[in-house]
Amino acid sequence: MSANPFSLWVYLSQSPLLWLTVTLLVYATTDALSLTTHRHPLANPVLHSIWIIGAFLMLTGTSYTTYFGGAQFVHFLLGPATVALAVPLYENRKVVAAAILPMLAALVVGSVTAVVSVVLLAEAVGLPRAVVLSLAPKSVTAGVAMGISESLHADPSLTAVAVVLTGIMGAIIVTPLMNRIGIADFRARGFAVGIAAHGIGTARAFQVDAVAGVFAGIAMSLNALVTSLLVPLAVTLLVR
Amino acid sequence: MIASLSLILLCQLAGEVIVRGLGLPMPGPVVGLLFLLLLLLARDRFVALARGPLQQDGVENASRGLLAHLSLLFVPAGVGVVQKLDLVAEHGIAVAVVLAISVVVTLLVTVATFLVASRLMSRGRSAP
Repeated sequence: MSANPFSLWVYLSQSPLLWLTVTLLVYATTDALSLTTHRHPLANPVLHSIWIIGAFLMLTGTSYTTYFGGAQFVHFLLGPATVALAVPLYENRKVVAAAILPMLAALVVGSVTAVVSVVLLAEAVGLPRAVVLSLAPKSVTAGVAMGISESLHADPSLTAVAVVLTGIMGAIIVTPLMNRIGIADFRARGFAVGIAAHGIGTARAFQVDAVAGVFAGIAMSLNALVTSLLVPLAVTLLVR
Repeated sequence: MIASLSLILLCQLAGEVIVRGLGLPMPGPVVGLLFLLLLLLARDRFVALARGPLQQDGVENASRGLLAHLSLLFVPAGVGVVQKLDLVAEHGIAVAVVLAISVVVTLLVTVATFLVASRLMSRGRSAP
């Protein structure tokens, strides 16, 4: 036993072990809760994990840098997981190949809508120009969105916040919205959430339906490409 | 298992090299996805490729394992964002409302486009 519990805490709070364990433990708990509610949209494990861990860091006065020292091992897997999307894509290749044209149409229209709607709305409520630029790429995955934001001389950290908020909102709202308007085609539902809410939406789609997950993954990947070409153009045309 | 993970990492590495090398405006892992897909398709055509992680569902099982908890992987970045919520608070509720409306509009427009295009396509096919 350590004679001084405080020195034990000082040691552990600086080690990756503690923060990796906290990340996995909180996620395992929120995911189990999500399962017991039959994947209720409001029981989204990403949403609840991040506020619980965020509050824990704040209470213990731990910096994000220290936390990320442990959590980086989980964060790193985002890249390999993106590559792994090839497998469900391969397994559903016939369904996907049969839907190439609807996907291309939805990709173009959806990407344009995601960028134009946020720029017009942000201008309408009178947000400053720097904020409008930072919000523009919010529907693509964080890494790409921050790159776009940087190239526009906007604020990449505000962009990152907008990306995560968008992802969580999309993941929560997609199921009730689609059920409400009676869309039963899981290809279309998945594709829409992939365009609107990138990876967090895709993770939600995989919870609901395998085919929806595949289409969300494709939409997310293609949207990253289209949006990085589209945002600079839209910004020149729309932002005063 | 290790061989399957290596193959996935190798695809990602190749993707990163190409994206950085050519200055392409897309994430490296997306190019890696294309490589893995091409490998899986090539395996069906050429039996010689069906070895190591490309046989007996090796890479398939490893990928399913990774994707089973895709949500978990967004938690570390998400926590960083919670600490920056003051950036949003500065502009009051406006930013959150703008993002929420934009998400709903994007979802509706995308799903409608997909369904209309899909219906037009099947009508085109059934026409004589």
